[in-house]
Amino acid sequence: MSAFKTALNYLGGQLRQIGLIIALIAITIFFQVATSGITLKPINVSNLIVQNSYILILAVGMVMIIIAGHIDLSVGSVVAFTGAMAGVMITQWNVPWWAAIILCLVLGAAVGMWQGFWIAYFGIPAFIVTLAGMLTFRGLTQIALQNQQISPFPDEFRALGSGFLPDLGGGTSVLEPLTVAIGVLATALLVLQGVRSRIARKKYDVEDEPFAWFLVKLVFTAAIILYITYLLASYRGTPIVLVVLGILTVVYAAVMANSVFGRHVYAIGGNLNAAALSGVKTKRVTFLLFVNMGMIAALAGLIFTAQLNLANPKAGDGFELDAIAAVFIGGAAVTGGIGTVTGAIIGGLIIGLLNNGMSILGVGTEYQQLIKGLVLLAAVAFDVYNKRRSGGR
Amino acid sequence: MTTNILEMRSITKTFPGVKALQDVSLEVQRGHIHAICGENGAGKSTLMKVLSGVYPAGTYDGEIVFENETVAFKSINESEATGVVIIHQELALSPYLSIAENIFLGNEQQTNGWIDWNKTNLEAAKLLARVGLKDNPITKVRDIGVGKQQLVEIAKALSKEVKLLILDEPTAALNDEDSANLLDLMKHLKGQGITSIMISHKLNEIKAVADEVTIIRDGKLIETLDMHTDDISEERIIKGMVGRDLGSRYPDHVPRIGEELLRVADWNVYHPLDHQRQVVKSANITVRAGEIVGIAGLMGAGRTELAMSVFGHSYGHNISGRVFKNGVEVNTSTVTAAIDNGLAYATEDRKRYGLNLIEDIKRNISLVSLKKIARNGWVDSNKEAVIAEGYRKSMNIKAPNVEALTGKLSGGNQQKVVLSKWMFSDPDVLILDEPTRGIDVGAKYEIYGIINKLADEGKGVIVISSELPELIGICDRIYTIFEGRITADVPRGQATAEYLMQHMTQERAKDNR
Repeated sequence: MSAFKTALNYLGGQLRQIGLIIALIAITIFFQVATSGITLKPINVSNLIVQNSYILILAVGMVMIIIAGHIDLSVGSVVAFTGAMAGVMITQWNVPWWAAIILCLVLGAAVGMWQGFWIAYFGIPAFIVTLAGMLTFRGLTQIALQNQQISPFPDEFRALGSGFLPDLGGGTSVLEPLTVAIGVLATALLVLQGVRSRIARKKYDVEDEPFAWFLVKLVFTAAIILYITYLLASYRGTPIVLVVLGILTVVYAAVMANSVFGRHVYAIGGNLNAAALSGVKTKRVTFLLFVNMGMIAALAGLIFTAQLNLANPKAGDGFELDAIAAVFIGGAAVTGGIGTVTGAIIGGLIIGLLNNGMSILGVGTEYQQLIKGLVLLAAVAFDVYNKRRSGGR
Repeated sequence: MTTNILEMRSITKTFPGVKALQDVSLEVQRGHIHAICGENGAGKSTLMKVLSGVYPAGTYDGEIVFENETVAFKSINESEATGVVIIHQELALSPYLSIAENIFLGNEQQTNGWIDWNKTNLEAAKLLARVGLKDNPITKVRDIGVGKQQLVEIAKALSKEVKLLILDEPTAALNDEDSANLLDLMKHLKGQGITSIMISHKLNEIKAVADEVTIIRDGKLIETLDMHTDDISEERIIKGMVGRDLGSRYPDHVPRIGEELLRVADWNVYHPLDHQRQVVKSANITVRAGEIVGIAGLMGAGRTELAMSVFGHSYGHNISGRVFKNGVEVNTSTVTAAIDNGLAYATEDRKRYGLNLIEDIKRNISLVSLKKIARNGWVDSNKEAVIAEGYRKSMNIKAPNVEALTGKLSGGNQQKVVLSKWMFSDPDVLILDEPTRGIDVGAKYEIYGIINKLADEGKGVIVISSELPELIGICDRIYTIFEGRITADVPRGQATAEYLMQHMTQERAKDNR
């Protein structure tokens, strides 16, 4: 009985996370039913991942910025700028595609340094600096492209956005073997890591997660990964952007949860003064966060450009808002100090699912906007309500 | 007919767990300057907040009679409408508005909702003349000094037809000249029939202008002295302020003092915004291994400023001076350098500067010393939890586990988290700024025990405190600081509250006058 109670208490503490995942599943089921099964068709799942990848990638950078108590309004323009420069480099300067990718990432970092300098060392609020950046980099995009579109791009470059890992089955197998292998390997690593860290926690005697819950979580996550693997393997295999996104998510989730740098980011967002008086180099951390965001925006820009096979002066318009919405739906606090990378990814998936499902259903863009707005409000209202409830204890 | 403009009868005000005021009765005579003094936290400000309606009628017990009528102010607006105006220690002016706009803020000179600018500036100029300020009323408030801002506050009070003016430490932020000006103005206003209540720590000022002085201690009214008839000396007032028995509120401790650990030499600090104002003046302090050194000073004397400027130049402008550790000069110009050189500073303001309140206990404790539990930049969160759990037990932090958010802990337990954080960083010298502020008596005793333990481990501990009995109870040696200058270095045997208070309130070296 008391074990049940502690388990219930534990789940109460995890309410935010569980709620988010339940919301994601509920939305999926809703669209699966409403679209008579189109939502979870292999081709749609594959498209869903590919078409939302750049928002999810931006959300990973954005959540770190928001945890530190800042905001970045410029990412949409930086996406356009780096995409445009990739186009100029490849088609006009005849830079090899791989060098263009590297140069654009460096360019993104330089953009981040520029904005990070004004924010961290000059002390201008990020809202202002990145609002200026939003205009500046949009302007630079139009100058670089001379207000023309650039197209087409070489196939190797396009693969970054819309390519798939090679089909080892030669296109004839029912399930693509490489994807199956990656999926099984990922699942195995997940289980192994879960068990290992549980053993380590037991050894230190700091385990408080009920075993049943641990098992449920592990089985559930493994099942989801294997199911998506199955869906992807029965279509064209693993999209390259999924590999990029997967690596980014795992690395940054680990950085934010367990690295000294990640702890410093949370400390700055939670209480800037206390962090500074505890020896955290607050300016340097802020600066590096914006450099990182610039690089991530550049990566998103490359992927977006590759996917459309087009460098467009209007590219990336409004991406910053989607990324910011994903972060807040994912449970981050406007005031900083709270948020997770996985939360932001789930938030981004919820937005992606809404876009995708409503498009299939033929809902007009006006209603799509309306519904997305209400979902964002509802998610944050749920947070505020939760906080108030627990604060009252 | 009584000559009293104000009578406060049996005022009792309780906060959850604390009796801030207990049966306090105060009588203020019309046209007099009435000083109120007492240690920090004695209840002076609370009493004035009761009077001015900051704490509305009904939240306290007792009766207030103003001009022979019982009043029950529900808000500041009501008290101001009756003629009682309070000027707080932190000035409440809007820096980007003009002097005139500030004077009439909330009381605009208007016709049908449109501001009459000519009248505003004209009336403001008249009021400025009454307080002896010659500045143009359209000057922005941020462009005038603190001393003049204080005068603008008084002009604002005059615009409300003030009958009783309450000044909460009016000269705390002022230099000598501005202070003298202000005191003259108070006497001048007295001549115009305005009654003043003045809260002050500065006994020379009280002697200079006050007609009566009321002493409050531990939320109780001790006595009211007539400054004219009784020939009251400063010593007499001090005795009233501090006279209480120390009892056994402090754990026994036999110090084992070793070699000199830390020396701060010729330390000068200027105010970060007002670059002309020097807040620490050629201070010299030393701490030896195993020694608990106190710094006694009144609020605004430069205690925290001294500590924070030494700790990574976290406060101040144009800092000069040298810091020696074990006789070798060390760099403490950034917080990281200070920590690396074995310093720790636990702030007086836990919530603003000490803790990340939305984070749990273990991550607050580990923040300074993440390197110790990290390999290649990756934190071992299991080790972190184990270490934090160790502190939770040894420091007796009352929380279900180390995952509890620090924002939900009581003041005493928050302070223990702050101390744990700095103990985990294993410093040689700890500077503890008001370590027991806002903490109940039981937790205080525990904190004293921890301080003794740190000293016994051979660390040097500097304790900054407003509570003299506390310093006398736990320190091996006490420095007094007054207006940024170290005025005395008092060994344990000589430290009496009267002796310390004397050096905290009057400067020995008059050479800068």
